[in-house]
Amino acid sequence: MPRRLTYCLLAALILGSGAIAAQTKATATNVATIPHEAVPNFFKNPPGIYTGENMGIATNSKGNIYIYHRANETRLFEYTPQGNFVREIGRGNYGFSFAHSVRVDAQDNIWAVDEGTDMLVKFSPEGKILMTIGRREDPVASLTNMPGTGRYHGRNEKYRFGRQTDVAFDQQGNIFVADGYFDGRVVKYDKNGRFVKAVGTRGNANLQFNTPHSIATDYQGNVYVGDRGNARVQVLDNDLNWKANYPNVGNPWAVCVSGGPGPKNPGKQYLYVSNSWQDSAPAAGAEFTGEVYKMELDGTIIGRFGRAGKAAGEFATIHQMDCRDPDVIYTAEINNWRSQKILLKPQAMKTTSQH
Amino acid sequence: MSRTITATVAAAIIAVGGSLIAQAGVPEISFSTVDLLKTPNDVYVGEIGGVGANSKGQIFVYHRAGHPYATLADNRTFYRGGSRLFQFDASGKYLREFGQDVYGFNAAIGLRVDPQDNVWTIDEGANQVVKFDTEGRVALVLGRKPETISVRPVQPPAGAAGAAGAGAPGPGGPGGGGQGGRAPGAGTPGSSFSRPTDVAWDRDGNIYVADGIGANNRIAKFDKEGRFIAHWGSTGKGPGQFAGVKALAIDAQGNVYAADRGNKRIQVFAADGTFKSEFGGIGTPIAMCITRGATPHLYVSHAGDEDGMEDAAIYKVQLDGKVVGKFGAAGKVLKEFGLANSLDCRSDSELLVGERTNWRVQKVSLK
Repeated sequence: MPRRLTYCLLAALILGSGAIAAQTKATATNVATIPHEAVPNFFKNPPGIYTGENMGIATNSKGNIYIYHRANETRLFEYTPQGNFVREIGRGNYGFSFAHSVRVDAQDNIWAVDEGTDMLVKFSPEGKILMTIGRREDPVASLTNMPGTGRYHGRNEKYRFGRQTDVAFDQQGNIFVADGYFDGRVVKYDKNGRFVKAVGTRGNANLQFNTPHSIATDYQGNVYVGDRGNARVQVLDNDLNWKANYPNVGNPWAVCVSGGPGPKNPGKQYLYVSNSWQDSAPAAGAEFTGEVYKMELDGTIIGRFGRAGKAAGEFATIHQMDCRDPDVIYTAEINNWRSQKILLKPQAMKTTSQH
Repeated sequence: MSRTITATVAAAIIAVGGSLIAQAGVPEISFSTVDLLKTPNDVYVGEIGGVGANSKGQIFVYHRAGHPYATLADNRTFYRGGSRLFQFDASGKYLREFGQDVYGFNAAIGLRVDPQDNVWTIDEGANQVVKFDTEGRVALVLGRKPETISVRPVQPPAGAAGAAGAGAPGPGGPGGGGQGGRAPGAGTPGSSFSRPTDVAWDRDGNIYVADGIGANNRIAKFDKEGRFIAHWGSTGKGPGQFAGVKALAIDAQGNVYAADRGNKRIQVFAADGTFKSEFGGIGTPIAMCITRGATPHLYVSHAGDEDGMEDAAIYKVQLDGKVVGKFGAAGKVLKEFGLANSLDCRSDSELLVGERTNWRVQKVSLK
């Protein structure tokens, strides 16, 4: 009996310390502030329609916006570029259980990343399911063996995920998956969903991850991984070789590369990284989290905006960002059950710094 | 050194020989497919448990959708939901759903349409086989869903005494093997199924249930009213034994063909369960159908990996076990099959193929 109690306490300590370590102050100093404002009440739902925890947000090439969220059930909503509710996609499909993120590819297909079912579900712009990757655990096995609180397992299977977190695409249509809480790896598939390569284990060396939580690509095919627990962005090349770490912007809950998924346009690309306020919203953590960094792709910090909080223009745990237009950032936030449209004023920042 | 080389060469010869035996003389059948099902925008099919067509060509799909739910704060944990039954016209256009919210739609694994156009669903979660008549009414229920499930307690830390889940029943719930002095996996006389997978009928309307891929490894036979007649089979590798009965087919003479998944073979029985013959060369069989007409054939779906991405084919087999052709491969694009879990073949040249890792039904035309 006392021995068991000891083990329980030990386990609680380990779990607790893990959670505490998950949030650190960014080491970058003297970062200029980019003025920003939130469009008030931008997203408008009809009566009886609510979003819950907003986990994922993405735009398509026409400016329509998708929000993947945890309501009574996990749901995927589409909005007009003006923020008006259009429709729901994927309701009741077998791949929706616990939303984590959503991305739109170069053909405007919508990819829902669900950490409950361990699945990616690819929808056509019309909402028809075109492909799935990963597989929901067979429910029959759960009838006598209900899964409990899962842990890292490093199973590293070609076509199965362990609470994968995010997806990105390169210009050839290859698919990159951040996988995830139970594995610590990045997986590459070709456009037909056939496995190409996986790299990574749990750890803090290069090509190791402590929850790869968010993933993005640039037009050259480089891969940016929000290695949240290790408080760094790891940059990989297209073959998943290590290139660089950006260790000074806190815990990257969300990474985003501007310009959209392609096809390639001539615009300059930027990397946005959110050092999000912890999702349990501790008051102490609010003092040194919540801000978003704007960076050059090489890791040079350009500026920052926002802080932890629940007022308009503050961020209550950004879980995903869309930055197709580098001066218009959409933020999906866990704690306020909302998403925001944020307008950046980088020109105003220059004026300010001259004063 | 030389011994190592010899051993390696010998192993290579054995390996090559093995694959030659499996592949030799099996011609590729050329084929085309269409992605058949067209659902309204807000209606989705998930993993296909079963697909079948009736005499009018209408198509029925029993599939996994939404979630199985477990209730909290009940004095036992009850589960519900998780599968749906849809009807489509011959072109694949969605017509309607039936069986909404019935008690035993939990984990779709199979569907068959009988010669009278009744639709039979097989559910490996509820352990039930349910017959719907042409009006969509429930006409017969075989098996019973377990009332409750046991929820695994929180795992104690490594080294703590008392492994979690000790004493919990094995996969598959009731039924189970070995009780009453019978062979392991022989099951209980009656309809206490353990992950049943398929149903078939002989010309007299007797019902045969493949039971299944859980604790039982048997075939159970009922009369057309659902009264238990006989069963046979147990767990093992010998004649009349199974390592997972995954599919059934019955020919015009009443011979029963059983896909013995784990033993990679088809076993053939007389209608009373007497073992007649067996054959292999069809990989790991997970689905089967038999054509009608003067010269019937079996089509057998092989899935060599659990993800439907490495190794798959559909074999065409004579009733004497001779493999005469094959088509298809593993993968996600059209003409590839991601765990082809259900086959329907009313004619020799046209099949319906329901997949589990790809949420679709392909209509296959053979050349």
